[in-house]
Amino acid sequence: MNKIIYLDNAATTKVAPEVVEAMVPYFSENYGNPSSIYELAGASKEAVSRSRETIAKILGAEAKEIYFTGCGTEADNWAIVGAFEAYKDKGSHIITTKIEHHAVLNTCEYLEKMRKAKVTYLDVDENGLVRPEEVEKAITPETILISVMYANNEIGTIQPIKEIGQIARKHGILFHTDAVQAFGQLPIQVDDDCIDMLSSSAHKINGPKGMGFLYIRKGVKIRSFIHGGAQERKRRAGTENVAGIVGYACAAKRAVDSMEERTKRERNLRNYLVNRIMNEIPYVRLNGDPEKRLPNNVNVSLQFIEGESLLIMLDMEGICVSSGSACTSGSLDPSHVLLAIGLPHEIAHGSLRMTLGEDTTKEELDYVVEKLKGIVEHLRAMSPLYEDFVKNGKK
Amino acid sequence: MYSEKVMDHFQNPRNVGEIEDASGVGTVGNAKCGDIMRIYLDIDENQVIHDCKFKTFGCGAAVATSSMATELVKGKTIQEAMEVTNKAVMDALDGLPPVKVHCSLLAEEAIHAALWDYAEKNHIQIEGLEKPKTDIHEGEEEQEEEY
Ligand SMILES: Cc1ncc(COP(=O)(O)O)c(C=O)c1O
Repeated sequence: MNKIIYLDNAATTKVAPEVVEAMVPYFSENYGNPSSIYELAGASKEAVSRSRETIAKILGAEAKEIYFTGCGTEADNWAIVGAFEAYKDKGSHIITTKIEHHAVLNTCEYLEKMRKAKVTYLDVDENGLVRPEEVEKAITPETILISVMYANNEIGTIQPIKEIGQIARKHGILFHTDAVQAFGQLPIQVDDDCIDMLSSSAHKINGPKGMGFLYIRKGVKIRSFIHGGAQERKRRAGTENVAGIVGYACAAKRAVDSMEERTKRERNLRNYLVNRIMNEIPYVRLNGDPEKRLPNNVNVSLQFIEGESLLIMLDMEGICVSSGSACTSGSLDPSHVLLAIGLPHEIAHGSLRMTLGEDTTKEELDYVVEKLKGIVEHLRAMSPLYEDFVKNGKK
Repeated sequence: MYSEKVMDHFQNPRNVGEIEDASGVGTVGNAKCGDIMRIYLDIDENQVIHDCKFKTFGCGAAVATSSMATELVKGKTIQEAMEVTNKAVMDALDGLPPVKVHCSLLAEEAIHAALWDYAEKNHIQIEGLEKPKTDIHEGEEEQEEEY
């Protein structure tokens, strides 16, 4: 098989052909700057406002509550820094979790180091779930922001967002959620979940890279983050990425229209893959919640094996996946998410994340399982940890 | 990311395995940072390394450096093996990405640890050999963060 099997859709996705098609005219024909007044620019302006409406509708929000950004990371940065700056007279305490994406974690760390913010990083349980009662317990009179991700990018765990949102609302505290992995995969209604701010990113849903948005509830006054022109209702300056915005809306609509059928199909395939791995490969554990999990996420730890070796060997078979091992994270520590759910280092190093996409087939998964079995055997035969395990009578 | 030689040694590692009743065995690294290397040496009465095997838990570079290190010490005398430094292993592999240099240090340490074990068992001293560090990341400095 020379074909590529792409099982890394949580990292990014292929831009759908109809998304590309929708974008193209805004590079070539309708290239006007939406802020200009001549007719040529009208088409761009029109396209931006139509796209904003499409996205707002999906979330049950108003168009003017959607602010386009340069990526999901920017949306997270803006929500957190912007809220901190706007409310620092009221207090400087932020509540978040240990399993957030670095876009949130490193922003909080920045505020701690440079702006004397106080940040509580909540623990999660062994499945990666945040306990709403712990969110409530962490609230102090100084708390100005609660930020909890909708669904985790590594282990796929879906958080009790509605309960957390209600707690935040009850205490009059702003609630932000990083929904980069959830938007387009789960039905989200900002009012139902009491969400004040929500971050999303286009490239996770078959849209273009370098395109995000932040939903900001009407009346929430956060500070601007990118200063300049009057774009995005003077709150996020910079000439709009018109083609990107059009592509985003097209991808979002597409994801929502196909959501029910697509996620059902992916969930079935996902369960099939998990079952085959758990039944056919010894010494494996499934990371993350078995039920409350993104429909396309598989995350397993293959004991006695290090993730990078596994990734390279799978890559040689044309299989693209990811791992939470240190070697793939660019530091000496394995994934903070896997450590937060209580995995020992050596098991965290042997994690394998496979995230299915709309094009994934059962045949591909069968091929992956067969290859994986051989590779695991090969790497275990080479592993001193496995040798010790066998010599100690497999205890 | 890796040179062709590294990929070759990763894909077809030489000398994987164990040696029963080895003259010396050394294990270095730890699971915390994600690599553990174990080297077995079979050393004859003339202090020549007859055979050498390894087992490694680690990334592609860790496997490749172990494999190359075993190749480099096989057939050598103990003194010659002492000259197989991490740089020698790296050069033989046509280099490693900067973040993986520590893997080659691990390979050097693993050989030294196995030699140390041999020396202790036989109550001899090997010139230039120091007690191996158990944790190769000891003393390594944390990267400075920037804002
Ligand atoms: C949960 C989560 N938050 C934020 C991001 C960052 O999004 P972007 O790549 O658009 O900056 C990602 C994607 O990598 C993510 O998975």
